[in-house]
Amino acid sequence: MAKKARVYVTLKRGVLDPQGSAVNRALHAMGYGEVSDVRLGKYIEVTIDEKAPEAEERRRLEEMCKKLLANTVIEDFRIEL
Amino acid sequence: MTEKITPEVVAQHGLTQAEYDEVKRHLGREPNLTELGVFSVMWSEHCSYKSSRVHLKTFPTSGPRVLQGPGENAGVVDLGDGLAAAFKMESHNHPSYIEPYQGAATGVGGILRDVFTMGARPIASANSLRFGDPSHPKTAYLLEGVVAGIGGYGNCMGVPTVAGEVMFHPSYNGNCLVNAFTLGILPADKIFLGTAAGVGNPVMYIGAKTGRDGIHGATMASAEFDASTEEKRPTVQVGDPFMEKLLLEACLELFQTDAVVGIQDMGAAGFTSSSVEMAGRAGNGLDLFLDQVPLREEGMTPYEILLSESQERMLLVAAEGKEDVVRRICTKWDLDVAVVGRVTDTGRWRAHWQGKLVADLPVDPLTEGAPKYQRPMKPHPALPELHAFDLSTLPEPADLGATLLRLLARPTIASKEWVYQQYDHMVRLVGAVRPGGDAAVVRIATGDARHAKKAVAISVGANGRYCFLDPHLGAAHAVAECARNIACVGGEPIAITDCLNFGNPEKPEIMWQFAECVRGIGDACRALGTPVVSGNVSLYNETEGQGILPTPTIGMVGLVPDVERTCSSAFKNAGDVIALVGTLQGEVGGSEYLAAEHGREAGRPPALDLAREKAVQETVRRAVREGLLSSAHDCSDGGLAVALAECCMMQGVPAGAETTPWIGAAVRVPFPARKDFVLFGEDASRILVSMPKESAARFVALAQECGAPVIRLGAVGGDTLEIQGALSVPVAELAKAWRDGIPAVLRRDVGHAAASLVAREPQEPLS
Repeated sequence: MAKKARVYVTLKRGVLDPQGSAVNRALHAMGYGEVSDVRLGKYIEVTIDEKAPEAEERRRLEEMCKKLLANTVIEDFRIEL
Repeated sequence: MTEKITPEVVAQHGLTQAEYDEVKRHLGREPNLTELGVFSVMWSEHCSYKSSRVHLKTFPTSGPRVLQGPGENAGVVDLGDGLAAAFKMESHNHPSYIEPYQGAATGVGGILRDVFTMGARPIASANSLRFGDPSHPKTAYLLEGVVAGIGGYGNCMGVPTVAGEVMFHPSYNGNCLVNAFTLGILPADKIFLGTAAGVGNPVMYIGAKTGRDGIHGATMASAEFDASTEEKRPTVQVGDPFMEKLLLEACLELFQTDAVVGIQDMGAAGFTSSSVEMAGRAGNGLDLFLDQVPLREEGMTPYEILLSESQERMLLVAAEGKEDVVRRICTKWDLDVAVVGRVTDTGRWRAHWQGKLVADLPVDPLTEGAPKYQRPMKPHPALPELHAFDLSTLPEPADLGATLLRLLARPTIASKEWVYQQYDHMVRLVGAVRPGGDAAVVRIATGDARHAKKAVAISVGANGRYCFLDPHLGAAHAVAECARNIACVGGEPIAITDCLNFGNPEKPEIMWQFAECVRGIGDACRALGTPVVSGNVSLYNETEGQGILPTPTIGMVGLVPDVERTCSSAFKNAGDVIALVGTLQGEVGGSEYLAAEHGREAGRPPALDLAREKAVQETVRRAVREGLLSSAHDCSDGGLAVALAECCMMQGVPAGAETTPWIGAAVRVPFPARKDFVLFGEDASRILVSMPKESAARFVALAQECGAPVIRLGAVGGDTLEIQGALSVPVAELAKAWRDGIPAVLRRDVGHAAASLVAREPQEPLS
């Protein structure tokens, strides 16, 4: 059986997000004055074969995040199984 | 501000106990934490130049063309007819190693700001990069990230990256080098300086908001890496080039008004160093009001506000009453703007926050009064043995053609197309000689008829291996080679900037390398008439106690009076005569050949006779300006054989052309020494030229007049590089090897390089 893992990659707190501030400005320009801040991240769906126990799946997904999916110097990640 | 200052806190701030005692003596009391933070960054190696200052003083810094020497944000030289060029080079080594994309990008952002702060519009950037062994697991990752970062930021800003150099060596495994250079153009009588003059004038903050970016970057850049660097990583600065573009345009517009008294980039150590340095230069004091600083995050402390290294910010001292002019222009460009302080006559730097005085420090001890050290020096203990190495014991290669192919594929020598194609070198359409050649030539293009034909030539370079084996000679070589590259395009060298990358200066052999390199640069600059107008020092480039090769990078600027009279490196026409200006002695000490093929980094670098160097350059410069030459190419890494191969392969082809992008050559080389030494030796002061037959007599006469030796080698033509009695290889094969060198690094399929300063591995006894 295949199953989907959901990986959220977001900028660490305090790291400048030029993309988020551009969206923030655009929303203001469109009249959404209630918006005070926007921060953008990535949502990644990873389809995996359901063979290993969940702890093992999680361990390997964390490895994928550290090695490729996230830049852990400036980004945090969260995995949902 | 209740945190107690313990010896541990002092140590975390990178101050020694003696330095801390000095702080207390200056204050007559204990500093609070914010004040300690200020001292820590201002007295860091990065800001105070405490180990290097005594040596840097010996540089030649003045000359008829120098309008602004070292000590400002960038140096400025006169280009004639009311026009000047501001330029500087700066390192961003440590941040690039931690986060290659953002580290390199913010390095480019920083140097751009240093240049436009002076009132100049940046027209060209260049860079010098050093990475570890091509087979090291981090090398490809760092190379990709750094190049993408430089390209990303420069391209967004619309400033072309026109020149550069990339070298690989195991000593950079844990410490890559990213040295970024920018040149801008400004009116010679409108140079803006970083000075806080005029008591009562408002201090204004413009640009991006302040966040918790890279707090204590300057202190980080002044400490060695060790295993715990991973944990104590501060928040990495992220660059926003579109913000920088707005800041650039706003500043250039502000410079057209009479509102700006002084201006400085908030670079390393941000608000603190920019305000302290501006006060120091003017001999004034400052009162700062931190509540007024535009903040990106909530709950920031005075300590964080003062030490943040958020990018794309400037500090400006405006003329009293002109605040609204500054506000109007900044608002137009969507920038934050605020009055954050006043110039005072107290000689004290005071920061107020929430109605309290949170820092109250005398300016002088933070700037001129910062510690200066004459650190102990001694030559590297491995040198006598390395110098004594008997080159004649090396086996001669059986197949010189195969050797040449392997050398061409060496990442250090191989084509850097993959790198410079990621940089927008065409934006502004100012490139007269494009990347890949010896020096870049950039049109000035101001729209003023007096400057229509003028161009600047830019060359960057350094040779760490030479500098390790003989720092004085190696550094002089770097200056001479940059000047030679500029001569190849018909330019007159004007001045240099430098980026001095070294290991830990507390080690006597590193301090000795530094002092000797500085002496070598000074001597060569005096001989070639190119003063040092700006520069940067990056020390503590070490990981786990392993220092990098001493790498004093030179960025040289030359003037090309007529952009129509310049020259590129590639052979162009079958039948052209090939000649070498210079001599053939076969000096292989410290050469790429020795390292690549014999795994040795030994001997002495080639001798350098600066009088002959000048004669060789003068010959080629005059020949280019007379229009005698079809091509001119400096003979350096890999020697004559590599230079010949490059001239055969470097021809650019118009899109859709039917012809192959190369041309062959047949030459006969005199062999006064071993063939491999003559072909791959890196004798100094040599330029390989080609010219139509009809020009040959005039060229020889010109060389005689200038006092430079010329050796006629052969002719351009065919599709093979043939060196009689030595090798014959189809140019297509040469090109394949040369073009694949860098892609092979990226595919991560390079074998372990034959060369690694074997004697410098820790397990090998050095002394």
